Amino acid sequence: MKISVRINGEAREADVWGGDSLLTALRDGFGLPGSKNACEQGECGSCSVLLDGELVCSCLVLAAQADGHEVTTVEGLAAGGELHRVQRAFVEAGAVQCGFCTPGLVVATVDLLERAPSPSDDEIREALSGNLCRCTGYAKIFDAVRLAASP
Amino acid sequence: MSATRPRILELGRVGDPTLRHDGVPKVTGEFAYSSDLHAAGMLWGKTVRSPHAHARILEIDVSEAVRLPGVHAVLTHEDVPGRKTYGLEFPDQPVLAIDRVRYFGEAVALVAAEEPEQARRAAAAVRVTYEPLEPVTDPERATEQEPLHPDRPTMPREGGHGYRSDPRPNVVRHMVIRHGDPDAAGDVTVSGVYDVGSQDQAFLGPESGLAVPDGEGGVDVYVATQWLHVDRDQVAPCLDLPPEMVRIHLGGVGGAFGGREDLSMQVHGALLALRTNRPVKIVYNREESFVGHIHRHPARIWAEHRATRAGKLVSVRMRILLDGGAYASSSTAVTSNAASFAVGPYAVANALIESTCVYTNNPPCGAMRGFGAVQTCFAAEAQMDKLAAELGIDPVELRLLNALGPGDVLPTGQRLAGVLPVAEVIRRAADLSPPEAEELPREAIRLPGGAGNTTRGEGVHRGVGFAVGFKNICYSEGFDDYTAARVMLHADGSAEVHCAAAEVGQGVTDVILQVARTELGTDEVRLAPVGTAHVGSSGSASASRMTWMAAGAVQLACRAALEERERTGRAEIDVERIYRHATTTPLDPETGQITGERAHVSFAVAAMRVVAEVDVDLGLTRVVWIGTAQDVGTAVNPIAVEGQIEGGTAQGLGLALMEEIQTRDGLITNASFTDYLIPTALDMPPVESVLVEDPEPGAPYGAKGVGEPPTVVSTAAVVAALRDATGRELTRVPVRPDDICL
Repeated sequence: MKISVRINGEAREADVWGGDSLLTALRDGFGLPGSKNACEQGECGSCSVLLDGELVCSCLVLAAQADGHEVTTVEGLAAGGELHRVQRAFVEAGAVQCGFCTPGLVVATVDLLERAPSPSDDEIREALSGNLCRCTGYAKIFDAVRLAASP
Repeated sequence: MSATRPRILELGRVGDPTLRHDGVPKVTGEFAYSSDLHAAGMLWGKTVRSPHAHARILEIDVSEAVRLPGVHAVLTHEDVPGRKTYGLEFPDQPVLAIDRVRYFGEAVALVAAEEPEQARRAAAAVRVTYEPLEPVTDPERATEQEPLHPDRPTMPREGGHGYRSDPRPNVVRHMVIRHGDPDAAGDVTVSGVYDVGSQDQAFLGPESGLAVPDGEGGVDVYVATQWLHVDRDQVAPCLDLPPEMVRIHLGGVGGAFGGREDLSMQVHGALLALRTNRPVKIVYNREESFVGHIHRHPARIWAEHRATRAGKLVSVRMRILLDGGAYASSSTAVTSNAASFAVGPYAVANALIESTCVYTNNPPCGAMRGFGAVQTCFAAEAQMDKLAAELGIDPVELRLLNALGPGDVLPTGQRLAGVLPVAEVIRRAADLSPPEAEELPREAIRLPGGAGNTTRGEGVHRGVGFAVGFKNICYSEGFDDYTAARVMLHADGSAEVHCAAAEVGQGVTDVILQVARTELGTDEVRLAPVGTAHVGSSGSASASRMTWMAAGAVQLACRAALEERERTGRAEIDVERIYRHATTTPLDPETGQITGERAHVSFAVAAMRVVAEVDVDLGLTRVVWIGTAQDVGTAVNPIAVEGQIEGGTAQGLGLALMEEIQTRDGLITNASFTDYLIPTALDMPPVESVLVEDPEPGAPYGAKGVGEPPTVVSTAAVVAALRDATGRELTRVPVRPDDICL
């Protein structure tokens, strides 16, 4: 089936199988492999994207459900060759190791800071608890969120 | 906590906090992991796996699968042109099962099809007729049961490293370390039996790769792995190809932790690509990843410690039983490591340590961060606390009293040379001040049970634990451990470095670049794509060795390149050098004593203090704070070292509290992130880490590896805090809710 999705500000069309998740469509149909597949059960958050501005696990959304909607992926955050401040903060705080969880965490942090520009430590932990990271123990990820939130 | 911008350099040199060279592509989504690769005309591969832990294969019928739409190949063991088995130490694991499957999830057949869904359907259409056999699942009984590998060679591939063949069935390795007089009597004796569950590496990027035929009979495999050359040397014989016709390239690696030391899709993808003459991509899903790779060995450990009234250790006896699962993987080395570090970083004149690893039909086990030392540290540190309680001595004091010092002798007879600041690390960790207990009432998120809102704090007990752990750095016991690096100097003043060291997230790429910038005195350095074709082996990104070894090799090659330019006056220089650390020799197969100057080249020690709260009504825990001090030699990139300590601590905390591969009759029952839990942002407390920098004389720049000590020590330290909170003995990890309900 054909779907039309506005992805990272651009109108896109792709032919997908009816059973495909939005994640599969993004990675294999739209050529946007930044969103990662680490569990396909909505447990790890590596595939986090914004669907009409709402944070979702794209592995839990059918590609067909995104038809006619707007999606922002990690590839759409940097603008005009400039990293998004959240991306910059992840690099500068040393929050990246293997980086497989990073796209999802970056998108989840963008969402958090939209809702809570100066989150408390508890808010940060709670907001990011749906994103698994196996490398960092999260400490430098929290540093990155604080850094991105600071003026 | 402050949000000040850290002072990090983009192009740091050795010792500078340095930005990751791959940081920007990783935050923008541009970094290509092995699962992100594509090639024109690519097919998708899928592995047919055994639903049984132990069964005879009566028939494999592929006739239906080959007829399905989009299917290009269906392969079984008959299609493996070369050697039918592979393995790191013993080549005992079939590329595809031949007449028997020995574990749940063992690879039996392969398919390649145009679309992933077609590959899945074809895999489901391969009809395998099994005759189920009684699985061997109890490691304590395995040595009396039917042998699972009756035809296994008696000695490992590389010819030994102190290995002694054992006549009993299903023994992967049995070894003994006997030192002094283990029967020596002390004033007090404490004993215990400890159990460690099987932990999964749970790297976030599942196994994946792309195999591309070169049109001339050879193949290029792009894969997430830890040691490219050893992959090549296992893959080529199975394909019946000379090694140079198999080129392994590093695909982006989504974490490793030991779980990528063994082959996953390498031979499978290459077989399919060569058969179809098309590129073939294989990507495991999470369930397949859980069943498709080796795990940390579950262990049972019997320990007896004898000491004087004053607290000096007199004798330690330990018996260690490791469940190796169905295939050997790196079990022989894990068996030895568990034994070598069983006592902990303490001086004891008398010891008897028996370490045995057995074959079973449980999931295969092999390398995971800590490599045998995690299991024994948990037991040994519990014993030290028991001894402290028995003697009425403060646990930290008892450890200081017995701490290994310069010139002390290990139970293997090896005399400590180099730097191992055990007492200082203990003192520095003990000096860290945990936060005051937070008053009640407080936000639920800061109570055990968290946002589940299970308590207001009535049944919450606070405890403080302390532990010390140590482990070897680099490969040991006579292994020829080396790393190659190649440096090209160009006329324009720039340089290119080739090194096959696997960047698995730990930051070795930055170490390589920092060393090259330092040695060459220029920022114009780039690292060539990582593969087997243009440089020699780097050895494995494991055993906390890659920083030391890559730094050594790149330093050597840079210096040789500068010398060559000086000598010849040529503008273009291309040199390759091989770095080896000081030679080690095997342990004596009968006594476990050194046969030369050393069995291990170096050690690193970490101490950790943990504060935890336990809701003793509901059996819920919250780790409040962790403070740790670690011996790092020299921190090449301090921010990366901290990252290793924080991340390694999280993995040890996971084993202490939640992580266990669960099996029923050998079948894994929790192969998902829904059922196998790893620590989340809510589970991890702040980790305060002190880097104890005392350069190691034999190491390049004095740098030790840092990845494993935090994982070795943290399981023991977290459980110590839970013991303090509950008064329970807690002899098993992961600790379960009913273990801590009072």
